[in-house]
Amino acid sequence: MRELLAGRFPREALRAAVDAGDALETGSGGASVVGGPPVVDRVLWRELGEAGFFALRLPEADGGVGLGLPEAVLVFEEAGRVLLPGPLVGTHLAATHLTGPVAAGAAAGELLVALALPPAPVGHLGAADAVLVLGEPGSQELGAGEPGSQEFGSGELGGTGVGLFAADGYPAAEIRSVDPLTPLHLPGSVLPPARALDGGAGVEAASAGADPVLAGADPVLLRREAALLTAALQVGSAGRTLAMAVQHARQREQFGRPIGAFQAVKHLCADMLVRLEMARTAVYAAAVSGDGFETAAARLLADDAASRNARDCLQVFGGMGFTWEADVHLHIKRSWVLAAGRGDTERHEEELAGELLQ
Amino acid sequence: MDLTYTAEQEEFRAGLRSWLGDVLPKLPPRPDPRDWPGRRAYDAGWQRMLYDAGYAGLHWPVDAGGRGATPVQHLIFLEETEKAGAPYVGANFVGLLHAGPTIAAEGTDEQRRRWLPPVLRGDEVWCQGFSEPGAGSDLASLRTRAVRDGDAYVVTGSKIWTSHAEVADWCELLVRTDPQAPKHRGISWLAMPMDAPGVTVRPLRTLAGSTEFAEMFLDEVRVPVENRVGEENDGWRVTMVTLSFERGTAFVGEVVACRRVLGEVARAAKANGSWDDPALRRGLGRLAAEFSVLWRLTQWNVSEAERSLRAGGTGVPGTGGSVFKLRYSHARQELYDTAAEVLGPLAQDTGHPWTAERLSSLSYTIAAGTSQIQKNIVAERILGLPKG
Ligand SMILES: Cc1cc2nc3c(=O)[nH]c(=O)nc-3n(C[C@H](O)[C@H](O)[C@H](O)COP(=O)(O)OP(=O)(O)OC[C@H]3O[C@@H](n4cnc5c(N)ncnc54)[C@H](O)[C@@H]3O)c2cc1C
Repeated sequence: MRELLAGRFPREALRAAVDAGDALETGSGGASVVGGPPVVDRVLWRELGEAGFFALRLPEADGGVGLGLPEAVLVFEEAGRVLLPGPLVGTHLAATHLTGPVAAGAAAGELLVALALPPAPVGHLGAADAVLVLGEPGSQELGAGEPGSQEFGSGELGGTGVGLFAADGYPAAEIRSVDPLTPLHLPGSVLPPARALDGGAGVEAASAGADPVLAGADPVLLRREAALLTAALQVGSAGRTLAMAVQHARQREQFGRPIGAFQAVKHLCADMLVRLEMARTAVYAAAVSGDGFETAAARLLADDAASRNARDCLQVFGGMGFTWEADVHLHIKRSWVLAAGRGDTERHEEELAGELLQ
Repeated sequence: MDLTYTAEQEEFRAGLRSWLGDVLPKLPPRPDPRDWPGRRAYDAGWQRMLYDAGYAGLHWPVDAGGRGATPVQHLIFLEETEKAGAPYVGANFVGLLHAGPTIAAEGTDEQRRRWLPPVLRGDEVWCQGFSEPGAGSDLASLRTRAVRDGDAYVVTGSKIWTSHAEVADWCELLVRTDPQAPKHRGISWLAMPMDAPGVTVRPLRTLAGSTEFAEMFLDEVRVPVENRVGEENDGWRVTMVTLSFERGTAFVGEVVACRRVLGEVARAAKANGSWDDPALRRGLGRLAAEFSVLWRLTQWNVSEAERSLRAGGTGVPGTGGSVFKLRYSHARQELYDTAAEVLGPLAQDTGHPWTAERLSSLSYTIAAGTSQIQKNIVAERILGLPKG
């Protein structure tokens, strides 16, 4: 996977995608994702599909690779390292846990399935074909007072909180995403009526329990895996910013020596490594155990490692780190956007704390 | 530490308040951050209003065109303008806070007459050409050369991270006039006209998206010798005066602004329910404590400066500015991180002013001396530890 990404998504491709996202952002007359230059390269998406990125955990008999969650987190870590744009988690989960044409299209890399964790902003909604919604289990509430202050009460999501919708017409308002590689929409509070999905998939929007497409979708499992795979993306980014910082600290000279020779810089880098290793260990352990609490811990540590390592990397880069030209800001911004989808941090923290009392 | 105000100081405050109440509602709308000519015009307009009302260069000496106000009056001015939500110095930052004070302190009468009034009126904008690609933290290793040729210096080299270079008329430029001397002793301070032949400005985009700073290429630029402030090769000392100003007083208004924002964040948290989260409440409480202490630290630094003036000293803020800057730059980042928590999903929207501030706060631990360098200053000059 590292080789595929190095070959097909080198730094030039990353920067081209940034420029595309930027054109959306700064384009005249307001940004419009649909019809704009794509941040996600559909050809690369298909190649990822062929390489098994999305079908990794499907049985070989079903055209999958037959591997498990521990391998999946390694692959996601690589994607996070190079800041690969696109709804990676949503598409992977749809391929793994749903059935029918959307699942098949996702597995093959033909479809993009955005992941919505209300009230967090939804990434890549404009480019996506379908939206996998993981709402609060047992609740009809989609959250987010702004924009759209109406109560959500249509009941479309079903008691488990899992739903699949067409991306086109999904009620959400575009915002000026902080991450140029992740266009964002804020979800409204009303779900769309059930209707055929786009892309010729021909599947009705479905809600768990009521529809066979979602029959195998265990909401607790989906949420946990979404958290873990996102944590793996964050670990990849944290590792990359550490590598960038160390390389710069070796090369950049001030006061007649490499800045890495100064204890202050060494300590920054050492702190970054500690954060990375803690988070990586947590993610690998949770992938093997599948444990909910371990996943919550992994998520907290990985979000922290990604955003703080990126900031320390900026610090080591000095003025250069504050430029648009350097990649540091892309890591900071991605870490913020991914952490925003975490939604239930507080619950995780409360659960982790509650666990102490057991 | 003297933190009470005299009747005279309170009278000054009241007059200022009523003036602000009159003029602020009449200001034009703020320009888009990408519209540099618009930003310059806006900042110049505000400076002109201050000038006409007698508030420009408040703490500058009278013979430099200022009003000779005491540091405490200046503090009151910064406090009240921020509280009222008045515009920030913006493009006039370097002129009013670095180059101007340097010329006032070190310039000849003629230099003061030439350069200070247009700064006070908002007519001329200055930028600071100190940093170079090879000389950031180690500023004294700068290599831009100035070779004497008759009544001019011929300057060749490149500068980087020059804020506001796009709209500046003048640049306070550090150049090497003696390559043989030890690095701190061969530097001179020049006022360079930005429209001189050989000056090329290439704007650089910051991670916040706009072009706040630029690269500057200098190719045999002729700068008259009379534009040198201070003696030849004495530029490092001249510069240190400027930098102490920067660390000592430049952030005073911002601390007031941060305290205002903190209140807004708390009210937003209360309104959207995130206030119910005890961790967030505790975080806000801790920030409130930090910013009130930072404000006290500012007052203390200022009253120290005032005492030093009265005792016949320079009135230039000392190394206490490093302690302040070190804590302030991180506290500012924590403030906007917390604001992002309160904003929730909207924190991913750069259209929200707090998101824009969060991005720009990332430069605070780098610009005007990185946190690591401030720690070195604190360790070596305050704690007396050996040089690294
Ligand atoms: C928004 C912004 C605006 C700016 N505006 C201006 C301007 O108008 N004019 C101008 O002249 N400059 C300006 N600067 C430049 C600023 O002063 C420099 O970026 C700063 O001094 C750091 O230099 P550098 O970027 O070369 O980083 P470097 O010096 O390369 O530092 C890289 C890392 O090494 C560390 N390091 C270096 N030396 C040591 C040491 N001895 N001990 C421990 N750690 C060390 C630093 O702390 C940092 O973490 C601006 C910068 C920014 C970000």
